[in-house]
Amino acid sequence: MSLSDVLSLLRISLHAMVPIVLTAVGEIIGETAGLFNIGLEGILLLSAFAGALAAESGGAVIGLLTGMGTGAIIGFIFSVINTYWKGTQMVTGIGINLFAMGFVAFGLIQLGAPGFRDVSRAAELAKWRTPIGAMSPMIIVALVLPFLIFWFLRRTRAGLILKAAGEMPEAADVAGINVNRVRLIASVFGGMLAGLGGAYMSVAWMGLVTKDLSAGRGFISLACVVFSGLNPLLALLGGFIFGFFQGLAEWVKTLPAKPIPAQFVSMLPYIVTLLVVSGVIGRVRFPKSLGKPYIRE
Amino acid sequence: MRERPPIGSTRLLRGVYRTLTGLHPALESVLAAVVGLLIGALLMYIWGFNPWKAYIALLKGAYGGSYEISSSLSRATPLILTALTFSICLRAGMFNIGAEGQMYMGAVASVCVALFVLPPGVGQILGLVFAATAGALWSLVPAFLKLTRGVNEVISTIMFNWISKWLALYVTIFLLADPARSEKTLSIPVAARFPVLVRGTDLSYTLFVSIAFALVIYFVLWHTTFGYEIRAAGLNPTAARYGGINSKRTIFLAFVLGGVSAGLAGATIVMGLRPTYAIYGGGGMPQLLNMGFDGMAVAMVGRNHPIGILIAALFFGGLSAGGRVMQFYGSNPVPLEMVRIVMGAIVLAMSIPELIRIFPAAKKQGQEFVGLMRRLSRRGPKEEEA
Repeated sequence: MSLSDVLSLLRISLHAMVPIVLTAVGEIIGETAGLFNIGLEGILLLSAFAGALAAESGGAVIGLLTGMGTGAIIGFIFSVINTYWKGTQMVTGIGINLFAMGFVAFGLIQLGAPGFRDVSRAAELAKWRTPIGAMSPMIIVALVLPFLIFWFLRRTRAGLILKAAGEMPEAADVAGINVNRVRLIASVFGGMLAGLGGAYMSVAWMGLVTKDLSAGRGFISLACVVFSGLNPLLALLGGFIFGFFQGLAEWVKTLPAKPIPAQFVSMLPYIVTLLVVSGVIGRVRFPKSLGKPYIRE
Repeated sequence: MRERPPIGSTRLLRGVYRTLTGLHPALESVLAAVVGLLIGALLMYIWGFNPWKAYIALLKGAYGGSYEISSSLSRATPLILTALTFSICLRAGMFNIGAEGQMYMGAVASVCVALFVLPPGVGQILGLVFAATAGALWSLVPAFLKLTRGVNEVISTIMFNWISKWLALYVTIFLLADPARSEKTLSIPVAARFPVLVRGTDLSYTLFVSIAFALVIYFVLWHTTFGYEIRAAGLNPTAARYGGINSKRTIFLAFVLGGVSAGLAGATIVMGLRPTYAIYGGGGMPQLLNMGFDGMAVAMVGRNHPIGILIAALFFGGLSAGGRVMQFYGSNPVPLEMVRIVMGAIVLAMSIPELIRIFPAAKKQGQEFVGLMRRLSRRGPKEEEA
């Protein structure tokens, strides 16, 4: 393994880290407020699709913004069902995932490209030339955002309100906080970040849309949130670890002599996720009212 | 003498009342299905299709004749079993998303029957036993992780779905590949196949495996102590613990039973589906793909009750069989993927408890929103004045 190998592995890992970190940080905000969204996978897929389409007509930045908008809309639907309508969060998430799988595959067929669509080079977000190769500017966003969110959750009044809504909604309600509205805003914001991560995948990273583009990244982000114990900085670390193993899998596939079959390399990120989650979980504590709708008595 | 309304009509009225106030579970499922189909129709309309024609084609393709009904039933066969996986665990209070992966392992294990030469009648049973064992073993790890390390079963089963997908692909391509045709595994030998039930269709005797297992689960859940413990632990874990129920044992057994069910689902696909009786590796094992996830939709619409699941599976099997007809239907070919959109919409609708009640709630929300907008717009000019 030469120095250039190490650098290219680092480059792939950083790129693979971005969607996981963005999605995980968004989910941390949602979970802090008491909403557990397993529909992240669907949000990533739908926003990657919508972002790619928008980027082709309006440029990369429009594409990323459209992805955020798509994520926000799904976050809004999710939170309305699960706050005002007292839905079952797990089931809503599964529904979002099924819907997204069908919708993106359907949309790709309607656009005349079953299962696969290239985003034209002109519509992709320009990458920066650096000594280690082309780097997407979005990496900076993924590196900075967790610190901002950490500050927001730990040091601001709004962050405290979020925590109250997730920890003890009854008390928050008595203190004059509109619990459902707080959760709604948190979910929309979280969906927006996941949408940014989805649009990043199609517009700024891979330059294509497939019907299984998200490839479990939404679920890996969920695992990353569990790993972080709702601390955005640990989510950044976790995102890097997961990104590294995805990068490693990609890198091993390009080797001329394959030391292990490609299928086992593809398993690596998921196995590592399991190991990390089962090794760390003992000390993690989640909000008391996570996953429960707030019903005023 | 005062005339009283006949009892039948009062009961009907009460039924209608309960439906309208969202208390009758079966009708709520129907309502969710209708909402899902309407959302699908809306999307078809937006994309320029004729939803009415498409649904007619779908309905004809699903229940239009004995051939169509047979193919719907054949698609329902594995769905019943993967739905049971989800339901058993949900009854015990857990979200087991792992049917997909456990089904892959069951399918791969049942192919192993092809490695042996067996007298007729033994192969079928051995295949089912292999599949059930593989599914159960595969579900043991998430159960073990939950009990010892407290790992959320949603995360672990999802990770296991991906791991088993790649593992099954590896086994399909390298260990059980057909020497003559490398794109598929060895075929189940003729003596070990489940015979076709209706000639000329895909429907085989595996349907009875599914139905029998559903009935067994019904009996276990509602007529045994173990089933009582599962349901008690699911309804109120704290109360169940005070009542002396060993919740660890319940979780463990629910997972194993679910794994058995999902493993059997894999076996029904491999051992009972014409014409190849093998797994195709190319394109990510298309016969197996998503059967586990679709099963979750079936379980929810079937209200996590074995009998409800049988009915819901007939509906979803019909959707999927009818979808295949719909995509080749003359002037209005709607891609098969529309079926999955409809399924997703149905599950979304199912996640809202007492669905019918949201309509007044939606009205109230709408009024609040309009009021808020009005207040904001009133505030706007005032600030400008200041």
